[in-house]
Amino acid sequence: MQRIAVIDYGMGNLRSVSKAIESVAPDDEVLVTADPVLIASADRIVCPGQGAAADCMAALNGANLVEPIKEIIGSRPFMGICMGLQVLLTHSEENDGIDCMNVLAGKVKRFNRPLTDTAGQRLKVPHMGWSKVNHSQAHSSHPSHPMWSGISDGARFYFAHSYYCAPDNKDSVVGSCVYGIEFAVAMAATNLFACQFHPEKSASDGLQLLRNFVAWDGAA
Amino acid sequence: MGLAKRIIPCLDVDAGRVVKGVKFLDIRDAGDPVSVARGYNEAGADEITFLDITASSDNRDTMYNVVEQVASEVFIPLTVGGGIRAVSDVRRLLNAGADKVSINTAAVHNPELVQEATDKVGSQCIVVAIDSKCVSEPDEAPRWEIFTHGGRKPTGIDTVEWAVKMAELGAGELLLTSMDRDGTKIGFDLGVTKAVSDAVEIPVIASGGVGELQHLCDGVTKGGADAVLAASIFHFGEFSIGEAKAFMLNQGIEVRV
Repeated sequence: MQRIAVIDYGMGNLRSVSKAIESVAPDDEVLVTADPVLIASADRIVCPGQGAAADCMAALNGANLVEPIKEIIGSRPFMGICMGLQVLLTHSEENDGIDCMNVLAGKVKRFNRPLTDTAGQRLKVPHMGWSKVNHSQAHSSHPSHPMWSGISDGARFYFAHSYYCAPDNKDSVVGSCVYGIEFAVAMAATNLFACQFHPEKSASDGLQLLRNFVAWDGAA
Repeated sequence: MGLAKRIIPCLDVDAGRVVKGVKFLDIRDAGDPVSVARGYNEAGADEITFLDITASSDNRDTMYNVVEQVASEVFIPLTVGGGIRAVSDVRRLLNAGADKVSINTAAVHNPELVQEATDKVGSQCIVVAIDSKCVSEPDEAPRWEIFTHGGRKPTGIDTVEWAVKMAELGAGELLLTSMDRDGTKIGFDLGVTKAVSDAVEIPVIASGGVGELQHLCDGVTKGGADAVLAASIFHFGEFSIGEAKAFMLNQGIEVRV
């Protein structure tokens, strides 16, 4: 039995995330906690998040979780979801600009207004609903990331966001989506996988991604 | 290729049971919310909406229990509405497992609640539900107004202006119900759907009046809706979610299959 910690900093649909993990890891212990000691002792860590970037960073700082998270990342499997991805970047444009954790170099930007597709049709913001996620590969010979095991290239996942990640290093991008522009929706490094969409709300493919995370050895 | 148009079955919940009325009256029982939601998840619904239609204080705790049970086993987005009056209600529903909370009457009495709620939990969690009715005479240019309290109270507020205001206050989505059409099975009010969808940058869910699969298509292609909501055609087994998606796909509408 392994222990999976879901970080509770007061900014997320923690119940949905923990229930979804429990459903794919019935023999594991899923712990929703804000305690840095418990988080540091877990085998795997999930950082969900919803709401505005400034509030999320303030909540992480208020709970004294920024340094513990930075120390954990890279040492064992860590998964960021939605705002749990965005706060890993260097800086977000949201709330008139807010510095984030700088684990992954890059910016979080707002979708342009007006946002249009290639045919000139207006696209609504927030980007809300089910979009296709393409499994990006740095090189065509490189296999797709192990977190995509059992998930078709182009499978749809559920999104709900107005800001998107623009990482400096494209090699870290393992999934992308087109909504007016093409943007990164999944980023990875050793022991780190973070996604913009909500696997806990993406039906069977989302559960498969969580199942993959629970079994992932952390290798990219 | 891009974002799929969503099909959202709506479950009206009264005292812990799924019910369905015609023009908000003549209510029929349609089952246990958890098993109904599970069935829709398995059938490929893109999202589920629960509306607590009585929203009396007795019903509140029942509703939280329903949301908790559904969220424990149904892993698609869940929107919950009915009787939300304060940010604390929003938080409690989100903590119970709702992904989005729909605010209706309270937004009319206190529009700042929408802003306060979106500031606290983010726009993507806040849906403003608008119950709209056509108030113009047949020979006039169409005009719609919003109604509250389950459609019983007129407000004199123009639907399109209200939709724009709610988007400005931070709503992440609008659930637009035509009260004239609700339960009638003659199709969405495409006029108000198009007027609202064109006026706002945020997604619009069309609701009220679906009786045939063509109505779902019309909501998207003629009404400009980003999602279509229906209840009775799905609850009573007239059509499945799969049939609805196949029908829409056949007319060139992008759906999740």
